[in-house]
Amino acid sequence: MIVASRKPLDEIIEIIGDYEKVLIAGCGTCVEVCHAGGEKEVEILASQLRMKFGKEGINKEFLSDTVERQCELEFIEPFLEKAEDLDAILSMACGVGVNFLADRLDSLPVLPALDTTFYGATEEQGVWTEKCSGCGKCILHLTGGICPITRCSKSILNGPCGGSDGGKCEISADVDCAWHLIYERLKALNQLENIQAINPIRDWSTGLDGGPRKMVREDLRL
Amino acid sequence: MKAGSNLEKVLSSGEFAVTAELGPPKSADPQVIIEKGNILKGYVDAVNITDNQTAIVRMASIAAGAIVVKEGIVEPVMQMVTRDRNRIAIQSDILGAAALGIKNCLCLAGDHHSSGNHPSAKNVYDLDSIQLVAMLKAMRDDKVFQCGEEIEEVQPQLFIGAAWTPLADPKEIRVIRLAKKVAAGADFIQTQGVYDVKSFAESMKKACDMGLCEDTYILAGIIPLKSAGMATYMQKSVPGVNVPDEMIKRLKDAGRKRAGAEGRKIAVELIQQLREVEGVRGVHIMAIEWEERVPGIVEKAGLLPRPSL
Ligand code: SF4
Repeated sequence: MIVASRKPLDEIIEIIGDYEKVLIAGCGTCVEVCHAGGEKEVEILASQLRMKFGKEGINKEFLSDTVERQCELEFIEPFLEKAEDLDAILSMACGVGVNFLADRLDSLPVLPALDTTFYGATEEQGVWTEKCSGCGKCILHLTGGICPITRCSKSILNGPCGGSDGGKCEISADVDCAWHLIYERLKALNQLENIQAINPIRDWSTGLDGGPRKMVREDLRL
Repeated sequence: MKAGSNLEKVLSSGEFAVTAELGPPKSADPQVIIEKGNILKGYVDAVNITDNQTAIVRMASIAAGAIVVKEGIVEPVMQMVTRDRNRIAIQSDILGAAALGIKNCLCLAGDHHSSGNHPSAKNVYDLDSIQLVAMLKAMRDDKVFQCGEEIEEVQPQLFIGAAWTPLADPKEIRVIRLAKKVAAGADFIQTQGVYDVKSFAESMKKACDMGLCEDTYILAGIIPLKSAGMATYMQKSVPGVNVPDEMIKRLKDAGRKRAGAEGRKIAVELIQQLREVEGVRGVHIMAIEWEERVPGIVEKAGLLPRPSL
Protein backbone atom coordinates (compact mmCIF):
# COMPACT_ATOMS: atom_id res chain seq x y z
CA MET A 1 0.00 0.00 0.00
CA ILE A 2 0.94 3.65 -0.12
CA VAL A 3 2.16 4.70 3.30
CA ALA A 4 1.72 8.26 4.48
CA SER A 5 1.71 10.22 7.70
CA ARG A 6 -0.28 13.26 8.71
CA LYS A 7 1.49 16.58 8.70
CA PRO A 8 1.80 18.31 12.08
CA LEU A 9 -1.20 20.47 13.01
CA ASP A 10 0.80 23.73 12.85
CA GLU A 11 1.88 23.01 9.30
CA ILE A 12 -1.69 22.19 8.26
CA ILE A 13 -2.91 25.45 9.81
CA GLU A 14 -0.28 27.33 7.85
CA ILE A 15 -1.30 25.57 4.64
CA ILE A 16 -4.99 26.41 5.22
CA GLY A 17 -4.07 30.07 5.61
CA ASP A 18 -7.01 32.37 4.92
CA TYR A 19 -9.38 29.83 3.41
CA GLU A 20 -12.61 29.86 5.39
CA LYS A 21 -14.77 27.04 4.15
CA VAL A 22 -12.70 23.91 3.84
CA LEU A 23 -13.70 20.34 3.08
CA ILE A 24 -11.49 17.79 4.77
CA ALA A 25 -11.49 14.91 2.32
CA GLY A 26 -10.56 11.45 3.53
CA CYS A 27 -9.63 8.36 1.55
CA GLY A 28 -10.73 4.89 2.61
CA THR A 29 -7.98 2.81 1.03
CA CYS A 30 -4.21 2.82 1.72
CA VAL A 31 -4.11 5.83 4.01
CA GLU A 32 -6.97 4.47 6.05
CA VAL A 33 -5.06 1.21 6.55
CA CYS A 34 -1.98 3.11 7.69
CA HIS A 35 -4.07 5.34 9.95
CA ALA A 36 -3.17 8.60 8.26
CA GLY A 37 -6.17 9.81 6.28
CA GLY A 38 -9.19 7.56 6.69
CA GLU A 39 -12.56 8.45 8.14
CA LYS A 40 -11.31 8.39 11.71
CA GLU A 41 -8.34 10.65 11.02
CA VAL A 42 -10.57 13.05 9.07
CA GLU A 43 -12.87 13.46 12.06
CA ILE A 44 -9.96 13.91 14.45
CA LEU A 45 -8.36 16.59 12.26
CA ALA A 46 -11.70 18.35 11.75
CA SER A 47 -12.34 18.59 15.47
CA GLN A 48 -8.74 19.70 16.16
CA LEU A 49 -9.09 22.49 13.62
CA ARG A 50 -12.53 23.55 14.82
CA MET A 51 -11.25 23.68 18.36
CA LYS A 52 -8.10 25.58 17.48
CA PHE A 53 -9.80 28.28 15.39
CA GLY A 54 -12.85 28.38 17.68
CA LYS A 55 -10.65 29.15 20.67
CA GLU A 56 -8.99 31.99 18.80
CA GLY A 57 -12.36 33.32 17.65
CA ILE A 58 -11.48 32.87 14.00
CA ASN A 59 -14.44 32.11 11.82
CA LYS A 60 -13.82 29.06 9.70
CA GLU A 61 -15.99 26.17 8.64
CA PHE A 62 -14.67 22.64 8.31
CA LEU A 63 -16.75 20.04 6.52
CA SER A 64 -15.71 16.44 6.36
CA ASP A 65 -16.26 13.53 4.04
CA THR A 66 -14.44 10.31 3.28
CA VAL A 67 -14.73 8.34 0.06
CA GLU A 68 -13.51 4.87 -0.76
CA ARG A 69 -10.68 6.01 -3.02
CA GLN A 70 -9.55 9.43 -4.18
CA CYS A 71 -7.69 7.96 -7.16
CA GLU A 72 -10.76 6.94 -9.14
CA LEU A 73 -13.19 9.27 -10.81
CA GLU A 74 -16.36 7.53 -9.73
CA PHE A 75 -15.45 7.96 -6.07
CA ILE A 76 -14.44 11.62 -6.13
CA GLU A 77 -17.66 12.80 -7.78
CA PRO A 78 -19.15 13.95 -4.43
CA PHE A 79 -16.15 16.21 -3.85
CA LEU A 80 -16.35 17.70 -7.33
CA GLU A 81 -20.06 18.41 -6.83
CA LYS A 82 -19.42 20.27 -3.58
CA ALA A 83 -16.56 22.29 -5.02
CA GLU A 84 -18.49 25.42 -5.94
CA ASP A 85 -19.50 25.90 -2.39
CA LEU A 86 -15.97 25.70 -0.93
CA ASP A 87 -12.82 27.81 -0.52
CA ALA A 88 -10.52 24.80 -0.52
CA ILE A 89 -10.30 21.03 -0.19
CA LEU A 90 -7.84 19.69 2.36
CA SER A 91 -7.16 16.19 1.08
CA MET A 92 -6.13 13.47 3.47
CA ALA A 93 -5.39 11.10 0.60
CA CYS A 94 -1.89 10.32 -0.63
CA GLY A 95 -0.37 12.66 -3.18
CA VAL A 96 -2.16 10.76 -5.93
CA GLY A 97 -5.52 11.87 -4.55
CA VAL A 98 -4.40 15.48 -4.18
CA ASN A 99 -3.18 15.57 -7.79
CA PHE A 100 -6.23 13.76 -9.10
CA LEU A 101 -8.57 16.28 -7.50
CA ALA A 102 -6.45 19.27 -8.48
CA ASP A 103 -6.43 18.11 -12.12
CA ARG A 104 -10.21 18.30 -12.09
CA LEU A 105 -10.83 21.47 -10.12
CA ASP A 106 -9.86 24.52 -12.14
CA SER A 107 -10.36 27.21 -9.58
CA LEU A 108 -10.47 25.42 -6.24
CA PRO A 109 -7.26 24.94 -4.24
CA VAL A 110 -6.56 21.34 -3.17
CA LEU A 111 -4.25 21.22 -0.17
CA PRO A 112 -2.30 18.26 1.19
CA ALA A 113 -2.76 17.21 4.81
CA LEU A 114 -0.41 14.23 4.55
CA ASP A 115 3.20 13.57 3.70
CA THR A 116 3.12 10.63 1.32
CA THR A 117 6.19 8.54 1.98
CA PHE A 118 6.50 5.15 0.31
CA TYR A 119 5.10 1.89 -1.00
CA GLY A 120 5.33 -0.30 2.00
CA ALA A 121 4.03 -3.12 4.13
CA THR A 122 2.80 -3.33 7.71
CA GLU A 123 5.53 -5.17 9.60
CA GLU A 124 3.58 -5.05 12.84
CA GLN A 125 0.95 -2.80 14.39
CA GLY A 126 2.22 0.75 13.92
CA VAL A 127 5.34 -0.18 11.91
CA TRP A 128 5.62 0.15 8.15
CA THR A 129 8.61 -0.44 5.93
CA GLU A 130 9.44 0.52 2.37
CA LYS A 131 9.65 -2.36 -0.08
CA CYS A 132 9.24 -1.10 -3.64
CA SER A 133 10.03 2.05 -5.64
CA GLY A 134 7.83 1.41 -8.65
CA CYS A 135 10.89 1.49 -10.91
CA GLY A 136 9.04 0.02 -13.86
CA LYS A 137 11.31 -2.98 -14.48
CA CYS A 138 11.22 -5.57 -11.76
CA ILE A 139 14.32 -7.65 -11.02
CA LEU A 140 13.15 -9.34 -7.82
CA HIS A 141 13.49 -12.82 -9.39
CA LEU A 142 17.26 -12.21 -9.44
CA THR A 143 17.60 -10.88 -5.92
CA GLY A 144 15.68 -13.38 -3.88
CA GLY A 145 12.60 -11.17 -3.71
CA ILE A 146 14.46 -8.37 -1.89
CA CYS A 147 14.63 -5.06 -3.74
CA PRO A 148 18.11 -3.49 -3.88
CA ILE A 149 16.84 -0.42 -5.69
CA THR A 150 14.56 0.39 -2.78
CA ARG A 151 16.19 -1.23 0.22
CA CYS A 152 19.88 -0.54 -0.47
CA SER A 153 20.65 3.07 0.49
CA LYS A 154 22.77 3.43 -2.64
CA SER A 155 20.43 1.43 -4.91
CA ILE A 156 23.46 -0.48 -6.10
CA LEU A 157 23.02 -3.59 -8.19
CA ASN A 158 26.27 -5.36 -7.31
CA GLY A 159 26.40 -5.17 -3.54
CA PRO A 160 27.10 -5.28 -0.72
CA CYS A 161 29.31 -2.20 -0.68
CA GLY A 162 32.25 -1.90 1.69
CA GLY A 163 30.07 -0.15 4.26
CA SER A 164 27.99 -3.19 5.17
CA ASP A 165 28.67 -4.24 8.74
CA GLY A 166 27.12 -7.03 10.78
CA GLY A 167 24.16 -7.15 8.42
CA LYS A 168 23.52 -3.43 8.84
CA CYS A 169 23.79 -0.61 6.33
CA GLU A 170 26.49 2.04 6.64
CA ILE A 171 23.86 4.76 7.04
CA SER A 172 22.51 3.43 10.33
CA ALA A 173 22.61 0.47 12.66
CA ASP A 174 18.79 0.53 12.44
CA VAL A 175 18.79 -0.16 8.70
CA ASP A 176 19.34 -3.67 7.37
CA CYS A 177 21.85 -3.99 4.56
CA ALA A 178 19.70 -5.11 1.64
CA TRP A 179 22.62 -6.87 -0.03
CA HIS A 180 23.42 -8.80 3.11
CA LEU A 181 19.79 -9.96 3.12
CA ILE A 182 19.96 -10.76 -0.60
CA TYR A 183 23.14 -12.77 -0.09
CA GLU A 184 21.66 -14.80 2.76
CA ARG A 185 18.46 -15.41 0.86
CA LEU A 186 20.20 -16.45 -2.38
CA LYS A 187 22.38 -18.78 -0.37
CA ALA A 188 19.29 -20.38 1.20
CA LEU A 189 17.67 -20.64 -2.23
CA ASN A 190 20.81 -22.14 -3.75
CA GLN A 191 20.95 -19.28 -6.25
CA LEU A 192 24.28 -17.68 -5.41
CA GLU A 193 25.12 -17.60 -9.11
CA ASN A 194 22.82 -14.57 -9.29
CA ILE A 195 25.19 -12.57 -7.11
CA GLN A 196 28.28 -13.83 -8.92
CA ALA A 197 27.15 -12.41 -12.24
CA ILE A 198 27.70 -8.70 -12.87
CA ASN A 199 24.43 -6.84 -12.99
CA PRO A 200 24.93 -4.44 -15.90
CA ILE A 201 24.27 -0.71 -15.86
CA ARG A 202 20.56 -0.22 -15.57
CA ASP A 203 18.12 1.61 -17.80
CA TRP A 204 16.43 3.92 -15.30
CA SER A 205 14.12 5.40 -17.90
CA THR A 206 11.40 2.95 -16.91
CA GLY A 207 11.18 4.81 -13.60
CA LEU A 208 10.58 8.43 -12.71
CA ASP A 209 13.94 9.31 -14.30
CA GLY A 210 12.30 8.87 -17.70
CA GLY A 211 9.67 11.49 -16.89
CA PRO A 212 6.13 11.09 -15.55
CA ARG A 213 4.67 7.76 -16.53
CA LYS A 214 1.37 6.77 -18.07
CA MET A 215 0.01 3.33 -18.73
CA VAL A 216 -2.56 2.59 -21.40
CA ARG A 217 -4.16 -0.82 -21.68
CA GLU A 218 -5.99 -0.84 -25.01
CA ASP A 219 -7.69 -4.13 -24.12
CA LEU A 220 -9.40 -2.46 -21.20
CA ARG A 221 -10.41 0.80 -22.80
CA LEU A 222 -14.04 1.49 -23.49
CA MET B 1 50.48 -0.95 -21.45
CA LYS B 2 46.86 -0.01 -21.00
CA ALA B 3 47.31 3.60 -19.97
CA GLY B 4 51.06 4.03 -19.61
CA SER B 5 50.84 5.62 -16.18
CA ASN B 6 53.80 5.52 -13.83
CA LEU B 7 51.79 3.31 -11.47
CA GLU B 8 51.11 0.86 -14.27
CA LYS B 9 54.79 0.85 -15.27
CA VAL B 10 55.94 0.20 -11.71
CA LEU B 11 53.44 -2.61 -11.20
CA SER B 12 54.00 -4.25 -14.56
CA SER B 13 57.78 -4.15 -14.07
CA GLY B 14 57.29 -6.30 -10.98
CA GLU B 15 58.42 -3.61 -8.53
CA PHE B 16 56.58 -3.38 -5.19
CA ALA B 17 54.39 -0.29 -5.61
CA VAL B 18 53.73 2.46 -3.10
CA THR B 19 50.75 4.81 -3.28
CA ALA B 20 49.48 7.29 -0.74
CA GLU B 21 46.48 9.50 -0.29
CA LEU B 22 46.06 13.24 -0.50
CA GLY B 23 42.96 14.95 0.83
CA PRO B 24 42.06 18.15 -1.06
CA PRO B 25 41.18 21.25 0.99
CA LYS B 26 37.74 22.58 1.84
CA SER B 27 38.67 25.67 -0.15
CA ALA B 28 39.85 26.85 -3.55
CA ASP B 29 43.47 27.09 -2.40
CA PRO B 30 45.83 25.31 -4.84
CA GLN B 31 48.74 25.83 -2.46
CA VAL B 32 47.49 23.10 -0.12
CA ILE B 33 47.64 20.57 -2.95
CA ILE B 34 51.10 21.73 -4.01
CA GLU B 35 52.45 21.52 -0.46
CA LYS B 36 50.99 18.10 0.27
CA GLY B 37 52.11 16.85 -3.15
CA ASN B 38 55.64 18.04 -2.51
CA ILE B 39 55.75 16.20 0.81
CA LEU B 40 54.96 12.93 -1.00
CA LYS B 41 57.10 13.59 -4.08
CA GLY B 42 59.77 10.94 -4.53
CA TYR B 43 58.31 8.70 -1.84
CA VAL B 44 55.38 7.23 -3.73
CA ASP B 45 54.63 6.07 -7.27
CA ALA B 46 51.25 7.78 -7.39
CA VAL B 47 48.91 9.64 -5.08
CA ASN B 48 45.19 9.03 -4.72
CA ILE B 49 43.26 12.26 -4.56
CA THR B 50 40.03 11.69 -2.73
CA ASP B 51 36.65 12.63 -4.18
CA ASN B 52 34.62 14.41 -1.51
CA GLN B 53 35.56 11.73 0.97
CA THR B 54 32.95 10.95 3.63
CA ALA B 55 30.56 13.08 1.54
CA ILE B 56 32.13 16.32 2.72
CA VAL B 57 32.57 18.95 0.03
CA ARG B 58 36.20 19.56 -0.94
CA MET B 59 38.11 20.65 -4.00
CA ALA B 60 37.37 18.32 -6.92
CA SER B 61 39.67 15.32 -7.28
CA ILE B 62 40.16 16.03 -10.98
CA ALA B 63 41.10 19.66 -10.37
CA ALA B 64 43.55 18.75 -7.62
CA GLY B 65 44.95 16.01 -9.86
CA ALA B 66 45.40 18.49 -12.70
CA ILE B 67 47.34 20.77 -10.34
CA VAL B 68 49.88 18.10 -9.40
CA VAL B 69 50.22 17.09 -13.06
CA LYS B 70 50.75 20.67 -14.20
CA GLU B 71 53.28 21.37 -11.48
CA GLY B 72 55.04 18.09 -12.27
CA ILE B 73 54.92 17.07 -8.62
CA VAL B 74 53.58 13.54 -8.49
CA GLU B 75 51.31 11.27 -10.51
CA PRO B 76 47.70 11.43 -9.38
CA VAL B 77 45.16 8.64 -9.07
CA MET B 78 41.88 10.48 -9.38
CA GLN B 79 39.08 8.99 -7.34
CA MET B 80 35.59 8.90 -8.76
CA VAL B 81 32.57 8.11 -6.62
CA THR B 82 29.24 7.27 -8.19
CA ARG B 83 27.37 9.02 -5.37
CA ASP B 84 27.34 12.47 -6.92
CA ARG B 85 27.32 12.05 -10.69
CA ASN B 86 25.23 10.21 -13.22
CA ARG B 87 26.73 8.49 -16.26
CA ILE B 88 26.61 11.69 -18.32
CA ALA B 89 28.61 13.68 -15.80
CA ILE B 90 31.03 10.82 -15.11
CA GLN B 91 31.91 10.23 -18.75
CA SER B 92 32.29 13.93 -19.37
CA ASP B 93 34.56 14.25 -16.32
CA ILE B 94 36.59 11.24 -17.47
CA LEU B 95 37.23 12.83 -20.87
CA GLY B 96 38.23 16.04 -19.15
CA ALA B 97 40.48 14.29 -16.64
CA ALA B 98 42.29 12.39 -19.39
CA ALA B 99 42.70 15.60 -21.38
CA LEU B 100 44.30 17.19 -18.32
CA GLY B 101 46.88 14.42 -18.18
CA ILE B 102 45.37 12.20 -15.48
CA LYS B 103 46.16 8.53 -16.14
CA ASN B 104 44.76 6.58 -13.19
CA CYS B 105 41.22 6.40 -11.83
CA LEU B 106 39.98 4.59 -8.74
CA CYS B 107 36.29 3.69 -9.02
CA LEU B 108 34.20 3.84 -5.86
CA ALA B 109 30.57 3.98 -4.81
CA GLY B 110 31.50 6.52 -2.13
CA ASP B 111 30.23 7.00 1.38
CA HIS B 112 26.51 7.68 1.56
CA HIS B 113 25.82 11.41 1.80
CA SER B 114 23.68 11.03 4.92
CA SER B 115 26.87 11.05 7.01
CA GLY B 116 28.45 14.01 5.23
CA ASN B 117 27.96 17.76 5.49
CA HIS B 118 25.07 17.93 3.01
CA PRO B 119 22.72 15.20 4.24
CA SER B 120 19.77 16.82 2.49
CA ALA B 121 21.31 16.30 -0.97
CA LYS B 122 19.62 14.23 -3.68
CA ASN B 123 20.97 10.72 -4.06
CA VAL B 124 22.43 9.85 -7.48
CA TYR B 125 23.91 6.33 -7.68
CA ASP B 126 23.11 5.90 -11.35
CA LEU B 127 25.93 3.30 -11.35
CA ASP B 128 27.74 1.27 -8.74
CA SER B 129 31.50 0.91 -8.49
CA ILE B 130 31.62 -2.32 -10.51
CA GLN B 131 29.54 -0.81 -13.28
CA LEU B 132 31.81 2.25 -13.25
CA VAL B 133 34.86 0.04 -13.78
CA ALA B 134 33.10 -1.65 -16.70
CA MET B 135 32.10 1.69 -18.21
CA LEU B 136 35.65 3.09 -18.05
CA LYS B 137 37.07 -0.08 -19.55
CA ALA B 138 34.60 0.12 -22.43
CA MET B 139 35.52 3.80 -22.97
CA ARG B 140 39.22 2.90 -23.07
CA ASP B 141 39.29 -0.46 -24.83
CA ASP B 142 36.12 -0.60 -26.92
CA LYS B 143 36.23 3.15 -27.57
CA VAL B 144 32.54 3.58 -26.82
CA PHE B 145 30.42 5.64 -24.51
CA GLN B 146 28.01 3.81 -22.26
CA CYS B 147 25.22 4.41 -24.79
CA GLY B 148 27.23 2.55 -27.43
CA GLU B 149 28.23 5.60 -29.43
CA GLU B 150 31.81 5.65 -30.61
CA ILE B 151 34.37 7.90 -28.91
CA GLU B 152 36.39 9.82 -31.44
CA GLU B 153 40.18 10.09 -31.21
CA VAL B 154 41.44 10.63 -28.47
CA GLN B 155 39.95 8.01 -26.11
CA PRO B 156 40.65 8.29 -22.38
CA GLN B 157 43.62 6.07 -21.49
CA LEU B 158 43.13 5.32 -17.83
CA PHE B 159 44.65 2.69 -15.56
CA ILE B 160 41.50 1.55 -13.78
CA GLY B 161 41.38 0.79 -10.09
CA ALA B 162 38.82 -0.43 -7.60
CA ALA B 163 38.64 -0.85 -3.84
CA TRP B 164 38.34 -4.05 -1.85
CA THR B 165 37.25 -4.55 1.75
CA PRO B 166 38.20 -8.21 2.18
CA LEU B 167 37.27 -8.48 5.85
CA ALA B 168 33.85 -6.81 5.91
CA ASP B 169 30.98 -9.14 6.33
CA PRO B 170 29.38 -11.07 4.86
CA LYS B 171 33.01 -12.13 4.42
CA GLU B 172 32.19 -15.01 2.08
CA ILE B 173 30.99 -12.58 -0.52
CA ARG B 174 34.05 -10.32 -0.52
CA VAL B 175 36.16 -12.50 -2.79
CA ILE B 176 33.16 -12.88 -5.10
CA ARG B 177 32.90 -9.11 -5.27
CA LEU B 178 36.62 -8.79 -5.95
CA ALA B 179 36.21 -11.28 -8.79
CA LYS B 180 33.39 -9.16 -10.20
CA LYS B 181 35.56 -6.03 -10.07
CA VAL B 182 38.39 -7.82 -11.84
CA ALA B 183 36.00 -9.27 -14.43
CA ALA B 184 34.60 -5.78 -15.00
CA GLY B 185 38.14 -4.61 -15.81
CA ALA B 186 39.90 -3.44 -12.64
CA ASP B 187 43.62 -3.23 -13.46
CA PHE B 188 44.56 -2.60 -9.85
CA ILE B 189 42.95 -2.91 -6.44
CA GLN B 190 43.55 -0.89 -3.29
CA THR B 191 42.27 -2.53 -0.14
CA GLN B 192 40.75 -1.20 3.05
CA GLY B 193 43.31 -0.68 5.83
CA VAL B 194 44.75 -3.98 7.04
CA TYR B 195 45.78 -4.68 10.64
CA ASP B 196 44.89 -8.33 10.93
CA VAL B 197 47.48 -9.76 8.54
CA LYS B 198 46.50 -13.36 9.19
CA SER B 199 42.85 -12.93 8.18
CA PHE B 200 43.90 -10.76 5.27
CA ALA B 201 46.31 -13.43 4.05
CA GLU B 202 43.48 -15.98 4.16
CA SER B 203 41.34 -13.75 1.95
CA MET B 204 44.30 -13.18 -0.37
CA LYS B 205 44.81 -16.91 -0.66
CA LYS B 206 41.21 -17.33 -1.74
CA ALA B 207 41.64 -14.53 -4.27
CA CYS B 208 44.87 -16.01 -5.63
CA ASP B 209 43.34 -19.48 -5.80
CA MET B 210 40.71 -17.99 -8.08
CA GLY B 211 43.45 -16.56 -10.28
CA LEU B 212 42.60 -12.97 -9.37
CA CYS B 213 46.15 -12.09 -8.27
CA GLU B 214 47.36 -12.69 -11.81
CA ASP B 215 44.56 -10.70 -13.40
CA THR B 216 44.95 -7.60 -11.26
CA TYR B 217 47.54 -5.90 -9.05
CA ILE B 218 46.51 -5.82 -5.39
CA LEU B 219 47.86 -3.06 -3.15
CA ALA B 220 47.26 -3.64 0.56
CA GLY B 221 45.88 -0.70 2.52
CA ILE B 222 47.83 0.82 5.41
CA ILE B 223 46.23 3.34 7.75
CA PRO B 224 48.83 4.56 10.28
CA LEU B 225 47.31 4.73 13.76
CA LYS B 226 47.72 8.00 15.66
CA SER B 227 46.45 6.87 19.03
CA ALA B 228 44.80 4.07 20.98
CA GLY B 229 41.55 6.03 20.71
CA MET B 230 41.73 6.04 16.93
CA ALA B 231 42.50 2.32 16.90
CA THR B 232 39.51 1.55 19.12
CA TYR B 233 37.28 3.73 16.99
CA MET B 234 38.41 2.02 13.78
CA GLN B 235 37.96 -1.38 15.33
CA LYS B 236 34.41 -0.56 16.43
CA SER B 237 33.12 1.67 13.67
CA VAL B 238 34.87 0.99 10.39
CA PRO B 239 33.42 -1.99 8.52
CA GLY B 240 35.99 -4.65 7.69
CA VAL B 241 38.68 -3.18 9.93
CA ASN B 242 39.85 -5.38 12.73
CA VAL B 243 42.62 -3.91 14.91
CA PRO B 244 44.04 -6.70 17.09
CA ASP B 245 43.92 -6.04 20.84
CA GLU B 246 47.67 -6.29 21.22
CA MET B 247 48.11 -3.40 18.76
CA ILE B 248 45.72 -1.24 20.77
CA LYS B 249 47.67 -2.19 23.89
CA ARG B 250 50.97 -1.17 22.29
CA LEU B 251 49.52 2.26 21.50
CA LYS B 252 48.14 2.61 25.03
CA ASP B 253 51.41 1.56 26.61
CA ALA B 254 53.33 4.02 24.46
CA GLY B 255 51.54 6.83 26.26
CA ARG B 256 49.97 9.89 24.70
CA LYS B 257 53.11 11.52 23.41
CA ARG B 258 54.68 8.42 21.91
CA ALA B 259 51.51 6.82 20.51
CA GLY B 260 51.96 8.39 17.06
CA ALA B 261 55.51 7.08 16.75
CA GLU B 262 54.34 3.65 17.87
CA GLY B 263 51.55 3.79 15.28
CA ARG B 264 54.08 4.52 12.56
CA LYS B 265 56.24 1.68 13.78
CA ILE B 266 53.24 -0.62 13.53
CA ALA B 267 52.61 0.67 10.00
CA VAL B 268 56.18 -0.18 9.00
CA GLU B 269 55.86 -3.67 10.49
CA LEU B 270 52.56 -4.19 8.68
CA ILE B 271 54.12 -3.20 5.36
CA GLN B 272 56.94 -5.66 5.92
CA GLN B 273 54.51 -8.46 6.81
CA LEU B 274 52.16 -7.67 3.94
CA ARG B 275 55.04 -7.76 1.46
CA GLU B 276 55.38 -11.43 2.29
CA VAL B 277 51.71 -12.21 1.64
CA GLU B 278 51.16 -13.98 -1.66
CA GLY B 279 49.61 -11.74 -4.29
CA VAL B 280 50.32 -8.40 -2.58
CA ARG B 281 51.97 -6.19 -5.21
CA GLY B 282 52.25 -2.98 -3.29
CA VAL B 283 50.90 -0.87 -0.46
CA HIS B 284 48.50 2.03 -0.36
CA ILE B 285 49.16 4.31 2.60
CA MET B 286 46.13 6.27 3.74
CA ALA B 287 47.31 9.01 6.09
CA ILE B 288 44.87 11.80 5.43
CA GLU B 289 45.88 15.01 7.24
CA TRP B 290 49.03 13.14 8.28
CA GLU B 291 50.66 13.21 4.85
CA GLU B 292 53.94 14.49 6.34
CA ARG B 293 54.39 11.15 8.08
CA VAL B 294 54.26 9.09 4.89
CA PRO B 295 57.90 9.65 3.78
CA GLY B 296 59.25 8.37 7.10
CA ILE B 297 57.09 5.25 6.96
CA VAL B 298 58.11 4.51 3.36
CA GLU B 299 61.76 5.00 4.21
CA LYS B 300 61.71 2.83 7.34
CA ALA B 301 59.84 0.11 5.45
CA GLY B 302 62.80 -0.05 3.06
CA LEU B 303 60.84 1.03 0.02
CA LEU B 304 63.26 3.71 -1.16
CA PRO B 305 64.31 4.79 -3.68
CA ARG B 306 61.15 4.63 -5.74
CA PRO B 307 61.85 3.33 -9.24
CA SER B 308 61.97 5.87 -12.03
CA LEU B 309 60.69 4.22 -15.19
S1 SF4 C 1 25.59 -1.19 3.39
FE1 SF4 C 1 24.27 -2.51 2.15
S2 SF4 C 1 22.31 -1.43 2.02
FE2 SF4 C 1 23.82 0.03 2.77
S3 SF4 C 1 24.55 1.07 0.93
FE3 SF4 C 1 25.97 -0.65 1.27
S4 SF4 C 1 25.12 -2.36 0.09
FE4 SF4 C 1 23.52 -0.81 0.24
